[in-house]
Amino acid sequence: MAKKTAAIVGSGNIGTDLMFKIMRRSTNVEVKYMIGVDPASDGLARAARLGITTSAEGVDWLLAQDELPDFVFECTSAKAHEANAPRYKAAGIHAIDLTPAAVGPYLCPVVNLDSLQDVLNVNMITCAGQATTPIVAAVSSVVPVEYAEIVASIASKSAGPGTRANVDEFTETTSKALEVVGGAKRGKAIIIINPVEPPMIMRNTVYCAIPAAAAEPGGLQDKIRAAIDAAVADIQAYVPGYALRVEPQFDTAREDWNGNGRVGIWIQVRGAADYLPEYAGNLDIITAAATRTADLLAERMNTTAANTARTAGAHA
Amino acid sequence: MNTPNATAPDYSVRLTDTTLRDGSHAMSHQFTPTHVRSVVRALDDARVEVIEVTHGDGLGGSSFNYGFSLTPELDLVRAAVDEAKNAKIAVLMLPGLGTIHDLNQARDAGASVARIATHCTEADVSIQHFAHARKLGMETVGFLMLAHRTSPENLAKQARIMADAGCQCIYVVDSAGALILEDVSDRVAALVTELGTDAQVGFHGHQNLSFGVANSVYAARAGAKQIDGTLLALGAGAGNSPTEVLAATFNRLGIHTGTDVQGLMAAAEDVVKPFITRMPIMDRASIMQGYAGVYSSFLLHAERAAQRYNVPAWQILEEIGKAGYVGGQEDMIIDVAVQLATTS
Repeated sequence: MAKKTAAIVGSGNIGTDLMFKIMRRSTNVEVKYMIGVDPASDGLARAARLGITTSAEGVDWLLAQDELPDFVFECTSAKAHEANAPRYKAAGIHAIDLTPAAVGPYLCPVVNLDSLQDVLNVNMITCAGQATTPIVAAVSSVVPVEYAEIVASIASKSAGPGTRANVDEFTETTSKALEVVGGAKRGKAIIIINPVEPPMIMRNTVYCAIPAAAAEPGGLQDKIRAAIDAAVADIQAYVPGYALRVEPQFDTAREDWNGNGRVGIWIQVRGAADYLPEYAGNLDIITAAATRTADLLAERMNTTAANTARTAGAHA
Repeated sequence: MNTPNATAPDYSVRLTDTTLRDGSHAMSHQFTPTHVRSVVRALDDARVEVIEVTHGDGLGGSSFNYGFSLTPELDLVRAAVDEAKNAKIAVLMLPGLGTIHDLNQARDAGASVARIATHCTEADVSIQHFAHARKLGMETVGFLMLAHRTSPENLAKQARIMADAGCQCIYVVDSAGALILEDVSDRVAALVTELGTDAQVGFHGHQNLSFGVANSVYAARAGAKQIDGTLLALGAGAGNSPTEVLAATFNRLGIHTGTDVQGLMAAAEDVVKPFITRMPIMDRASIMQGYAGVYSSFLLHAERAAQRYNVPAWQILEEIGKAGYVGGQEDMIIDVAVQLATTS
């Protein structure tokens, strides 16, 4: 089956890392275009050297091409994506949005891809959202989670100007995704930027309030543990550096926790170092999730096309 | 003893009392409106101009990671605003934890000073918050936390980022109580030189190595105009520079604070001492915080983890220091405790 084609819009760190990720790891998608706005960008130069068609003339140029891509990965800014999204839609291109614009619904490929496969614009939440919503979803698949809280720690060197100028958007988007994707009744997200040298590898701590009974040793607790292990294995399929630091820690119910118990999960995300160093697991996990999403969507498009062809054949 | 030393230059500082914010750590965030009203009454009567009231970790701090507030912090802010006749009520916020939404709510509750804190090298995450606080008409203060972690020159560059964003006073914040004497005056002087008349400079000290008050004197002599303290030193780690000791000391040195020293001593003794659940103390764990440069509010969390995982708190804090964790990374304490318990 021929690979589906993709354009990457935005030739900064995320766009460039994504380009390498798709070239090296994607089974169903190939990068056809790399679009920027700065002719001097390192990302565009690298793309050109790898034989990808590049342009510094933005989305206008892309949409004027005879051969439009199947997918567009938005790696610019929330504002830019808000402007571009209707144009992609009009052109019938499937948009995978890596900015915090959230024009389309939040998507984490191991949690809710099935329900969103026909949506033409999906949002990849945030790096912390990709790292933590599957864990919250795993816990809430076993017991109701009244409240989920995450703390994401990233290396100062991996926090770009976009993240720094918009920390509020980051925490608000991630908090909401803990509810919408993770299934928690209420979510809270915290981000810490740490400048230690050598840079710290991305870390995420997830705390879920769980019913008192589930915090005691027994069947429910075992089921929660198993669900977390399964989620970790699913993520490791596309983020090999994703791992638990310690076993999930269960704390028995407390009055100041509304009578709930708690499970704590400590995660480390070591990046694949496709473009950015391995400490930048935060950038790696979102580009890996975007690649995975495109691969799975492409697979389904191919299956649908094959089924249509078969049906058409039967009628013929 | 009110006669200033005739040879001393004319210094004056504004004391900000943060018993009801930094002290929240030592109280495990269990302050009640009654506590708040009694402390605000005493401080206001003693002519303290700024009183900070928030969860220890700032707006939005009530959480699993930092401890849940007994009383919603905005209720405490409202009680403080209602009780204060002259003092301004300040709130703390840490970008990445609190948001502009929280700031709006604090403003609606009557807070008039926004103190916005970042790690000492990450000032640029606060730009949108300073701009917004100014738009709300709030007085602004910037906190460069764990100031021992960077050089005076770098700290001054970070202070410039905050000043340009709309911050009116930038503090050298010794969150770990790790700075000693010239460590403070060098940093304060670097900020004063960089900022000139664009913004004031402040200092926030802790007692982990017992230098809170002495460091504050060095800060004032180097040009700091705002100094933080807490009554009875109630605060994170071994506690803060005690407000009543700062007032007495500055008075003796001829550094004008405009406060009533006797009133502050009475406030510490008669108002705060009866309700606190633990006296701030320099013990092995809190001294280790100053020595290893660990954020002071990690103390009680480390003590709890020590109890649960049966490893010494000082050892957890030592490891935290080695790893270079920063303010807000309380979640790392359990990870470290579990690792220590497994290897020992």
